[in-house]
Amino acid sequence: MMRAPITDLPLAFESVSLRIGSVDIVDKLNLEILAGPPTILLGPNGSGKSTLLRLAMNLIGPTSGRVTWGRREQPDERLAMVFQRPVMLRRSAAANVAYALNRNDPMRVSELLKQVGLAHLADRPARRLSGGEQQRLALARALARDPEILFLDEPTASLDPAATKAVEDIVSKVAASGVKIVMATHELGQARRLAGEIVLLARGRLIERAEAQAFFNAPQTPEAAAFLRGDLVI
Amino acid sequence: MPDGASALQLVFGGDPGLYRIVALSLYVSLSAVLLAALVALPFGAFLALVKFPGRTAIIVVINAFMGLPPVVVGLAVYLLLSRSGPLGFLGILFTPRAMIVAQALLVMPIIAALTRQTIEDLWAEYREELTALRVSPARRAGTLLWDARFALVTTMLAGFGRAAAEVGTVMIVGGNIDGFTRTMTTAIALETSKGDLPLAMGLGIVLVTIVIGVNALAWSARRVGELRAG
Repeated sequence: MMRAPITDLPLAFESVSLRIGSVDIVDKLNLEILAGPPTILLGPNGSGKSTLLRLAMNLIGPTSGRVTWGRREQPDERLAMVFQRPVMLRRSAAANVAYALNRNDPMRVSELLKQVGLAHLADRPARRLSGGEQQRLALARALARDPEILFLDEPTASLDPAATKAVEDIVSKVAASGVKIVMATHELGQARRLAGEIVLLARGRLIERAEAQAFFNAPQTPEAAAFLRGDLVI
Repeated sequence: MPDGASALQLVFGGDPGLYRIVALSLYVSLSAVLLAALVALPFGAFLALVKFPGRTAIIVVINAFMGLPPVVVGLAVYLLLSRSGPLGFLGILFTPRAMIVAQALLVMPIIAALTRQTIEDLWAEYREELTALRVSPARRAGTLLWDARFALVTTMLAGFGRAAAEVGTVMIVGGNIDGFTRTMTTAIALETSKGDLPLAMGLGIVLVTIVIGVNALAWSARRVGELRAG
C-alpha cells in the first residue's frame, strides 16, 4: 500500500509572536495558508511580511505561539525561498542550480535554467548576471528543491519593469503548475497581477485577509481602504 | 662594504650552493604552508561555524599566537623532537622535516585566525540562503571555504610570508647544516656574522625577489580566478 505523500499545507500560524528587544515584529498572528492560488502578503515596510516568511520557512522560531506545517511541528524538506537580495554562490549559473539540486543531473539543471530563461547564460559566473537574471537564477535554484511551497520575499523590489515582468511570468507559471506561492510585496500592482488571496499586514498584525478581487473591490477595514488609496499606513 | 655588482654576480653566477639553499628554502616554506593549511583551513572554518563552550577563548589564543615568537616555537619543537623528547623516536631533528613541522606550527595560527574571520564574515552573508537550501553543516563549511578561496589565497600568502622570513625556528630545529638544512635566512644570518656581506646581500636579494614573485603569482592566479568565477 502506498503511503500518502507528506504535505506542508495547511501552513498555520497560531497566535504567533516574535519580539526582538521591546519591539513586536509579529504580534499574536493567526493565519492559515491553504493550497491554491498565490497568497500575497501585502503591507508597508516593517509590517512583518519578511519575518512571517522566515517563520514559515522555519529559518527563525517564534517567541510565542506556534507554526505548523501540515499539522506537524516540523516542515518537510519541500519548502523553498527566494530572498529580496539572493546570494549568488561564486560559480557559474549552472553550478548554482546544480548546488541546490545536490545531485549530478545536468539534464535537470538545463531544464531549470530553460524554465527561467537563462539557458544561454549557463556558463556565465552567477555574480556577473544582472539583478533580474540573478533573481531568475535564484528562482531556478529554489525550484531545484521541487518545492510544495515557494516563499518569495519581495523578489522584484529592486528590478526594472522588464525584469519584474520576467520574474512575474515565471511565478505565474510555477503557480499554475501546482506549487503554492506565498509572496511578500508592498506593490499594489504586483499584488493585483498575481494574487489569488491577499493577506494585509501592518505593525506585525493581520489586518485583513480576503480573496484578491474582493479585497481590491471592497476592502473591509479602514487600514485596507487607506492602503489601497495610497495613504500612508504606518 | 659589499658592492651591488658582486652581490648580483653571485645571484646570476650560477652558483650551485646558492641555488641549493634557495631550493631548500622554497621547499621548506611551501611545504610548511601546505601542511599548516591542511589543518588550519578546516579548523578556521569550524571555529567560524560551530558555537561551543570555550570557543571565544580559543579564538583569543589563536589570534594571540599569530605573533608567536619563532624562537619559542623552535625551542618547543626542539624539545619535542630531541632524542629524549616524546617524539624523539622519529629521528627528524636537524632535518628539513623538522624545519617544515616547526614552520607549519608557526604559520598555523595565522591561517586559522584569518580563515576564521573570513569564513565568519562570509557566513553572515550566506547564512539565510544556505539554511533555506537546507545545506548540511559539513557542506556549508566546504561551500564557504570554496567561495572564500580568493580571499584565502591572501591568507596563505600571509602564512608564506611568515614562513619565508623566519630564521629563529629553523636555526634551532634545523641546525643550519651546510648543504642540508641551510636556508636563505639562516645563511644570511651566518654570512653576515662571518663578514661575507656580498653573499648575505645576494641571498637577501634572492629572498626578496622570491617573496615578491610568489606573491605576484598568487595575486595573478587570484585575479584570473575572480574574473572567471565572478
